[in-house]
Amino acid sequence: MDLFLQQIFNGVMLGSTYAIVALGLTLVYGILQIPNFAHGHMYMLGAYVCFFLITVVAIPYWPAVAVTAAFMAGGGVVLEWLAYRPLRHESPINSLIAALGALIVLENGVIALWGPQGHRIGNPFPAVFDVLGITMSGQRLLVIVIGVALMLLLQLFIKKTTLGSTIEAVAQNQEGAMLVGINVNLVSSLTFAISTGLAAVAACLVAPIFMISPSMGAMLGMKAFIICILGGLGSVPGAIFGGLILGLIEALGGGYISSAYKDVFAFGALVLILAIKPTGLFGKEVQGRW
Amino acid sequence: MVTWLQEKWFYVVIMALALIVPFFVPNRYIFQIIIMSCLFAIGALSLNLILGYTGQASLAHGAFFGIGAYGVAILTTTLGWSFWAALPVAALSSAFLGLIVGIPALRTRGAYFAIATLCLGEIVVLVAGNWTGLTGGQNGIVGIKPPDAIPIPMIGEISFQSQTSQYYLVLAFLLLTIFIMHRLVYSLKGLTFMAIRNNEVLAEAVGINTTKAKLLSFVVANFFAGMAGGIYASLISSISPSVASLKITFDFLLYVLLGGAASLAGPILGAFALPVLMEYLQFLHGYQMIVFGVLLVVVIIYCPRGLMGGITNLLAKINNKRMGS
Repeated sequence: MDLFLQQIFNGVMLGSTYAIVALGLTLVYGILQIPNFAHGHMYMLGAYVCFFLITVVAIPYWPAVAVTAAFMAGGGVVLEWLAYRPLRHESPINSLIAALGALIVLENGVIALWGPQGHRIGNPFPAVFDVLGITMSGQRLLVIVIGVALMLLLQLFIKKTTLGSTIEAVAQNQEGAMLVGINVNLVSSLTFAISTGLAAVAACLVAPIFMISPSMGAMLGMKAFIICILGGLGSVPGAIFGGLILGLIEALGGGYISSAYKDVFAFGALVLILAIKPTGLFGKEVQGRW
Repeated sequence: MVTWLQEKWFYVVIMALALIVPFFVPNRYIFQIIIMSCLFAIGALSLNLILGYTGQASLAHGAFFGIGAYGVAILTTTLGWSFWAALPVAALSSAFLGLIVGIPALRTRGAYFAIATLCLGEIVVLVAGNWTGLTGGQNGIVGIKPPDAIPIPMIGEISFQSQTSQYYLVLAFLLLTIFIMHRLVYSLKGLTFMAIRNNEVLAEAVGINTTKAKLLSFVVANFFAGMAGGIYASLISSISPSVASLKITFDFLLYVLLGGAASLAGPILGAFALPVLMEYLQFLHGYQMIVFGVLLVVVIIYCPRGLMGGITNLLAKINNKRMGS
């Protein structure tokens, strides 16, 4: 039972980070209908910026997280502007190539700057709590708390503020949004800023738990995609539930079944779900370009 | 419209050039790159069928390439088969697996199909890395023989030890692939594929069985991917799970889309142009990949239909100028 609860805890922790990263991806897809395959690599860059700020600039953890989030939000805007905006009216598969180009630049740029080996950020909250037989490290609890807070804040922002509503409006009907005077370019930039900023915060939060390396983005980016597809592309609740489901499948699969094959189960589960419901759990009928 | 791209003599010249290539290569290294480009052109052409003509972005193409490679590797080393028996079996296995996974996966559309196939591809890589008894795990399989010599009565035999002979072997398979793709694409089936790409709902409405057509395209594409993988394993002599990885898929994808999707020349052009470009970027050392990535973005922005599209546009412009003056 203890093992079970422990795995659930770890699964929720993993799932929260997955959900935050997937949320950004699903927002971008909702607005631009492009698969931003470079998203995981922006997450990776976020972890390195945080690492740089803490070790070289030597500022404390929280300011480093804030600066990283702001910097990467700007990075997201630049990425959209340079690589995706010129391709908006082309086939989405072309955006995929632009994304591949961007992720090659990001991964190799980080390798050129920091080398291919992994790095570690010192744990800012080393305290360990023992609740109901589950060992909870401060940092892991923090990931869950901040993760949930970010999800709630994002939901409030989209549903309750005018600026947030513009995002939803563009996602629902781009031409309609233009007709009522929404600047679609500005909304695209804003969405990329939020999306990349969220990924950067997630990266900063888990960086003290796991090692950071140039290849960390590729796997996470892929998982975030799987989550979005699992939940239905463009669906916010889908991304949150998808993230938690994948986190739990991985933690429980790794704990109880073979850890070598745990990803096989995760990927297999996705293929199975898509075979039964081809538009994902929360997805509507695909009308779009891709 | 540009005329010489459609003239027969143009292709005869290209063919003649391809045949005399072995007499002009400066060294073994360059020769190897040319051979691999021919081989990867087969893979790119087959991805082009499902992606370029049918409009379904299969991200499991590298995995099917890997299945063909493992098929030939296992059949020729563990079971001691001849390459010529192993290759069709490996390619057919790849096609058959494509059929099995295509039935559920092709129910999905667009990005969903891309991700479903991406997952299937990852499963293949994970199984290849963990099923040690069959695949040798992470170490893979070593000591795969080059293709067996073909005996010819009276004259002797054609052996495939030298680079020149391997080049002609791959060239022959490339020509076979081009021939079959050409026949397929310019048939009624090819039109069906393109109808699905342009508008699947409309295609269904005019009475096309879209599921069956997509499945056919997927299976044929995977057959050729498996065939290319099988030849690859035999020429390169050792393989590991990376042969089925997403990197191979992305390479094929780049060849097709940068070369020019939905044309027969485009993917071949891409399969040659990109490795050559990489060679020219060698002098940049650590920054080679960064420049490559930037070039990808620039090319796709300025030539959205790939190099082939760019060339056609350019020639059309020149033609127009000439007409005007």
